[in-house]
Amino acid sequence: MAKAAELGKNRTGIDMSPADAERMISGAKEFSSAASADGRTAIAALEREYIAEAEPIGSVPAPGTLRGALKTGAKKATGKNPEVFLNKLGERLAYERTGVRLYESVITKVEAADQMHPAGPVTVDELQQIRDEEMQHFQLLSDVAESLGADPTALTPAANVAAVATMGIPKVLNDPRTTVAQCLDALLTLELVDNAAWELLIQLADNMGLKDASEQFQRALEQEKEHLATVRSWLEEITTQEARRGAQARH
Amino acid sequence: MAVKLFDSKGVALERQVFTWKDLVQKPISKLDDDAFTRVRVILMNGIESQALRFQNTCLLLNRELREPLARIGRTEHHQQTLVNWLLSADHSPLETTIAYEQVAIEVTAAIAQKEPDEYLAQVYRFGLLEDFDHLYRYSALYDRLEGRDPNTILQSYTDIIPGRPTSIEHRHPLDDLREPYERASAHPQSKLNALTLVSGEYQTHDYYMHFGPTFADPVARQLYAEIASIEHQHVTQYASLIDPNESLLEKWLLHEANEAWNYYSCMETETNPRIKAIWERFLEYELGHVKAVSELFKKHEKRDPAEILPETLPDAIPYVSQRDFVRETLSKELELSAARTQFVDRSEETEETRRYRDTINSEGSPSEAVAAGYRWRPGTELTKEQAQAA
Repeated sequence: MAKAAELGKNRTGIDMSPADAERMISGAKEFSSAASADGRTAIAALEREYIAEAEPIGSVPAPGTLRGALKTGAKKATGKNPEVFLNKLGERLAYERTGVRLYESVITKVEAADQMHPAGPVTVDELQQIRDEEMQHFQLLSDVAESLGADPTALTPAANVAAVATMGIPKVLNDPRTTVAQCLDALLTLELVDNAAWELLIQLADNMGLKDASEQFQRALEQEKEHLATVRSWLEEITTQEARRGAQARH
Repeated sequence: MAVKLFDSKGVALERQVFTWKDLVQKPISKLDDDAFTRVRVILMNGIESQALRFQNTCLLLNRELREPLARIGRTEHHQQTLVNWLLSADHSPLETTIAYEQVAIEVTAAIAQKEPDEYLAQVYRFGLLEDFDHLYRYSALYDRLEGRDPNTILQSYTDIIPGRPTSIEHRHPLDDLREPYERASAHPQSKLNALTLVSGEYQTHDYYMHFGPTFADPVARQLYAEIASIEHQHVTQYASLIDPNESLLEKWLLHEANEAWNYYSCMETETNPRIKAIWERFLEYELGHVKAVSELFKKHEKRDPAEILPETLPDAIPYVSQRDFVRETLSKELELSAARTQFVDRSEETEETRRYRDTINSEGSPSEAVAAGYRWRPGTELTKEQAQAA
């Protein structure tokens, strides 16, 4: 079975077909007008028009319970907008919930490890531990949301945008053709963002005076730092192993 | 190898079976497969989708044929699934769009040269220069919004240069109708050519309508809206070439023969052995459909299928770069437009077309905005800036 990084018949580059390439290039010069200095000028003008007319992606749902509503009102009165916190809380909650599923996808890939999908240093047990911690974080965030009267099932604008931003990650993890190393690259993106986002959420919780939540978030962040370090070291090791194997194969 | 339409039994309908695993096979590689393998996959999805669309429309119009329509329709649906699912998940909608335009250019150019009727050939050359321009506009979008090179999809087979500018392709609906061929006198090749291009353009229209709203950027959303509108014009143009006096069963038989001819063309030209086996299998399925519909034709119309179908399938569509033909057409026919069913110089366009175009472009043109001063370079337009900085 082929290895993912094997030399092969990749046809995407200009050098694949020199005769055709020469005609492509000379044709573009002959038949297209002289390239403009800034091709994005007209694009940007149209984009600006729509930006000026745009409406928001959506709103933060109002807390559903009386207790929550009162609390929201109280914080508003002190000049702190709880909807900013609730928006980001919803983002973290959805991200961690999706994280559970994403780690489950990688567990399947590692369980199916073969010559084309070598697992290198990655173990199912460690992946399972990370998956379970993501699950705990999801639970923690749901509890905090409920304690504030917020609905943990609602999709907040920040949660929606974060899901759009990371749309490609499940596509990489779930493609049977991707290797464990390629999946780790995608997980690294996920964990880098996650770490930074937890730090911001802790700041927001502190500003809101949510001391208990802030302390619990801090513990979650410590675990996320470990996830990041683990994924990064796996990725480094699996890639250097692949390079060594490739070098041996060529000698 | 000539395929005889009437002597070949093909695979009997009851033996045309699938499983989910069979329907969802290993996809082609975006990086390693030849671009013409993707071209064939996309065209055959369009051919199957047209067969299915036609058969479902027949269900609305005919009671007697409902059972064979339901049975053959199910197989067509599954054939389409298997073929379309050969596209790998790493093709973004915009990359697939670029591939769709490559299909439109290379297949229309090949068919224009196979067309025995000069008027029909002119129609195809006319449409060709319009799809050719779409590729240039979408390439500019891909380069300028994503910083990616459209030639990674095209593999240097198809030029990225302007054709008849998309912004002037907009015409009054009555200027998109063409004269139909005469069912009794038209060459069978002409009938298959028209059906092939209706199929390709219809699926392209539907693809842009489906994926246009999935883009966030307003220029992309407008560009898909604009080019989808031209694809509707092309569907009108190509569908109006087909004689409306053909009976429903006659049309059905032609659809089946067209599917067989297209699978045969793919089989003859395919370079990926795994995909070639699929084309071969489905050619046999379609020959089974031709046989079944021939029997219906004899039974219900008391006519001989040989009246409308050739004895053997025509020669395969060549799947090779049509760069020279496209450039020659560009140099000779760029200034053409249409007035009702005839082709005229742009100065002779109808007043209705001018009014329609002025109105629809009156708040700006996305195809002009996206490609202002665009000249494709290997590795994207940014390599020019890179070269200047060096």
